[in-house]
Amino acid sequence: MKKRRERIDRGIKARSEDVYALSSWREMLYLAGPRLLPAAAFLLLPLFLGAYWQKVMISVAVFALLAISWDMLAQTGMISLGQALFFGMGAYVSGILNFYFGMPPWIAIPIATVLGGALCTLILTPVLRLRGIYFSMVTLIIPLMLVRIIEATKIFGGTEGLSGMTPLPSTLTEIYLVTGVLLGVLFGLRRLMETDYGLVLKGIRDNDRSVTNAGIDIFWFKTQALFISSTIGAFAGALMTHVYMFVGMPVFALDYSILPMAAAVVGGSGTLAGAALGAVILVPLSEALRGIGGLRIVMYGLFLVVFTVAVPEGLFDYIQRRYHQMERWVEIDQ
Amino acid sequence: MSLPTTLRVENISKIFGRVAAVDHLSCEVRRGELVGIIGPNGSGKTTLVNLISGFVKPTSGRILYNGQDITYTAPHKIVCMGISRTFQMVRPFYHLPAYKNMIIPLYSPRVRQLAGGRYGDRNAVALDLLEEVGFERDANVAYKPAGTLPQGYLKRLELAKAIALSPELLILDELFSGMSLAEVASVVPVIEKLRLAGKTIIMIEHRLKELFRIADRIMVLNYGQKIADGASTEVMESDEVKKAYLGSEG
Ligand SMILES: Nc1ncnc2c1ncn2[C@@H]1O[C@H](COP(=O)(O)OP(=O)(O)OP(=O)(O)O)[C@@H](O)[C@H]1O
Ligand SMILES: [Mg+2]
Repeated sequence: MKKRRERIDRGIKARSEDVYALSSWREMLYLAGPRLLPAAAFLLLPLFLGAYWQKVMISVAVFALLAISWDMLAQTGMISLGQALFFGMGAYVSGILNFYFGMPPWIAIPIATVLGGALCTLILTPVLRLRGIYFSMVTLIIPLMLVRIIEATKIFGGTEGLSGMTPLPSTLTEIYLVTGVLLGVLFGLRRLMETDYGLVLKGIRDNDRSVTNAGIDIFWFKTQALFISSTIGAFAGALMTHVYMFVGMPVFALDYSILPMAAAVVGGSGTLAGAALGAVILVPLSEALRGIGGLRIVMYGLFLVVFTVAVPEGLFDYIQRRYHQMERWVEIDQ
Repeated sequence: MSLPTTLRVENISKIFGRVAAVDHLSCEVRRGELVGIIGPNGSGKTTLVNLISGFVKPTSGRILYNGQDITYTAPHKIVCMGISRTFQMVRPFYHLPAYKNMIIPLYSPRVRQLAGGRYGDRNAVALDLLEEVGFERDANVAYKPAGTLPQGYLKRLELAKAIALSPELLILDELFSGMSLAEVASVVPVIEKLRLAGKTIIMIEHRLKELFRIADRIMVLNYGQKIADGASTEVMESDEVKKAYLGSEG
């Protein structure tokens, strides 16, 4: 019996017109695996983790959401240097609703998600017409400005912030809420970006003149993308207010702007899944490096440089390509 | 001729720094006409197209479309009013298959409106339109990434994108440049069919022979000004036109 090597996706590709005609459970697994595996990991892992790593996991999911939110904007041609704005806005709105109006988290978080997203969109629409670096600069500066405003006017607790927020019932609730939203957002947005609507958004990034020439108002579509993106970031912030039981100026810190962008770049921007993957790598890494003190930033920087040089297309694309190239032995009859 | 005026350009100027790209130019195009615009390089033809389609706003003057002032209307709204144009420099989405490049125009509010909300399968419409402009269906050219297609196909993709918007006024900026003779010959019937359907067409061209064969009227631009306007034979007889062409090429 002779054998030759063949790519696993070969037969599948040939039948890609009707994906339903999969012939074996193996092929089914080959196709569904990449989706099921991370989902299963996210859902089962929390049960085996200690309290500390459970918190890290929440952090991973939060940064993954911020990274996805960054990538969504980037795919529409807007490079944000200020994801902290989305995060901080959601955090403060939820905190205010809880602190001043006594709303429980399960009401405050959804309202803060939508309202926070809307506020961010409102703040940024005047600069949507700016291109490239100008948009980025404004997004970088606004969160820093908000911090100074809170400091100077002493509103919402000023430098002290607001504490004593209502927590969620348990750490597991927190984890499952945030990972559930993460998986929903990830798969939902990936699908959205494959639709004709997503094509228009990506078209704005590649050649906005051509999209305008199709009679489409790019300003309106950018506004929509901005709203989707800032809503995701605002959710992450709103959740953390109730995890920390505190909201204050640190929610507008630069970390929330830089780390998501680094995650998206390491994982590979333009795929959304890469952004999440980047967060899964970078967040635990920065936790582990916490022990080595001052050198942490150096190590972190080195890691980023090595990564972007070694895998410039991003980790996700690399893994995906390798996965599709996987081969198997098939029998050939003579 | 009592046909209504589709486009009326009144005394329009566009000054870039110190260059008057378009200089106090007036013209009219009537419904159903096919008007050719020619002129030496840098004479302001593309700038005029940019002014009409709203991508560039004039220094002075007005533009009326079906009697309505569109001088300061946003370009995407002008498209939805029924003016669509092609670009001289085509810049498709190189990584996307040719037919996927058609999706964005087919997503246009104008297409939805004309279809009454029922626009069906955009991919199928895209493939039909591409076949119309000469993408052979059995050769699967429409499925190839736009980046791999020769210039002649990209130009025709540009035409198909403009046609997808069902314009009343179609402006083609040097569509024939970069096309082979055979490709031009295959596109001419497409343009003639659009005319029969009552479309108004403006064609900027450097390929005069092919243009004169189909145009009703020719306008000649030089240094942003209109120096001649009339039937192709009489326009080419004008001394000023001869001088402009010899001056720029000699
Ligand atoms: N955006 C711009 N900024 C500055 N100058 C411009 C701009 N666009 C055009 N010009 C100038 O305006 C003049 C007319 O250019 P235009 O592109 O309209 O000419 P054209 O007739 O289309 O030429 P061609 O036959 O080469 O396409 C040129 O001198 C050009 O340099
Ligand atoms: Mg030109």
